[in-house]
Amino acid sequence: MSIRHGLLALLDQGPRYGYQLRVEFESRTGATWPLNVGQVYTTLGRLERDGLVAPHGEDEEGHLFYAVTEAGRAELRNWFETPVPRNSPPRDELAIKLAMAVTVPGVDVAAVVQSQRRHSMKALQDYTRLKGQALNGDEGRQEDLAWLLVLEQLIFQTEAEIRWLDHCETRLAQRRPGVQSAEPPQAAEAAPGRPKRRSRI
Amino acid sequence: MSTTQLTGGQSGGAEPVPVLHLAEVTRVHGRGAAEVQALRGIDLRVYPGELVAVMGPSGSGKSTLLTLAGGLDTPSTGEVLVEGVALGGLSRKRLAQVRRRSIGYVFQDYNLIPALTAAENIALPRELDGASSRAARREALAALAEMGIAELADRFPDDMSGGQQQRVAIARALIGDRRLVLADEPTGALDSTTGESVLAVLRARCDAGAAGVMVTHEARHAAWADRVVFLRDGRMVDQTTSRDAASLLVPSATRPRPT
Repeated sequence: MSIRHGLLALLDQGPRYGYQLRVEFESRTGATWPLNVGQVYTTLGRLERDGLVAPHGEDEEGHLFYAVTEAGRAELRNWFETPVPRNSPPRDELAIKLAMAVTVPGVDVAAVVQSQRRHSMKALQDYTRLKGQALNGDEGRQEDLAWLLVLEQLIFQTEAEIRWLDHCETRLAQRRPGVQSAEPPQAAEAAPGRPKRRSRI
Repeated sequence: MSTTQLTGGQSGGAEPVPVLHLAEVTRVHGRGAAEVQALRGIDLRVYPGELVAVMGPSGSGKSTLLTLAGGLDTPSTGEVLVEGVALGGLSRKRLAQVRRRSIGYVFQDYNLIPALTAAENIALPRELDGASSRAARREALAALAEMGIAELADRFPDDMSGGQQQRVAIARALIGDRRLVLADEPTGALDSTTGESVLAVLRARCDAGAAGVMVTHEARHAAWADRVVFLRDGRMVDQTTSRDAASLLVPSATRPRPT
């Protein structure tokens, strides 16, 4: 899992203790996926069990340091070299909700689509504002670049969701009972179309 | 910051005057059987400092809304007010003046004059407005620099790429102290990084007190706005505001920094 490899990647840069790992993980991902210290220690425990990290002494304040082992380095290289699998997509609540909405009688699907679109648009605005701040920030810091890339991933993902919602709306308009069977070409034209230019992203 | 008050408009007391106000605007194209209701009962106020994005499918009325706001078309009913002045009541001459002084308009197809260089295109509205050609050129060069295309000053539109022409068109819209900037797909011909820098310029102009309205199909670009308005069949069906909304990423605002 990503926390495991995230910690290995940090330890690859030198021995660190639990709290330090948490802070550095969040600094690179902008606390998008907050970690608690408990998770960090549980993960470190498992990494140690698997021989991927080893204890590396204590400092005078009692912080217990960990270092990556050779096996841990190999595991990390392997992680970077292997694509993230996409063959079993994670369950997506929105997709399930819409799949249900079109089949359950009495659900106003258009309203479901619009309220999600408003919500996602708002999220996109928030991400974009954070990105604006990140762009104005201290350039050249690797942590800032990491955070910017994570933010942009959220931006592209949210944008994709909004485009998909737009598409759902068009699809629904085409399939509206009565319109569908009558004159398909005209129905398609009357439906809210997407500009061709849109595909150029 | 006072922006929440500006965008909210419900603060009671002394409400700021919107830079743009479309008051119950409708626009009907054609007559009889061919009649098309392009806009129906649009009420939109855009305040100083605010950037509004208008989204909607083709034919939803986005471009009509923008041309009305820019005084390039007149509503069938209702009123368009720019800085509190109703455009409908103005003489042609006064209207042209308001369009020149108060409104910057970025056209989807740029509308640059082919016989003029980039700098001349940008300086033209200032010169028409009585600025000396030297002062107008100075302003034009500054506007080009702001868009990051200072080197294009003496090129003609035919010698520029679509993206370059688009940035010149945006520089022309931003020249002078225009209080209202209207943009129809301002990032259309630009790659994603250049598009972003254009949005950043537009955003900065609004942060400095101008009001902006941009029509776009791209959610990622609309997201630079303070408010996104959704149009469907000529009606405003929904809108977002985000400045007053709880942020999704609250923890990141106080992102821990390694020491």
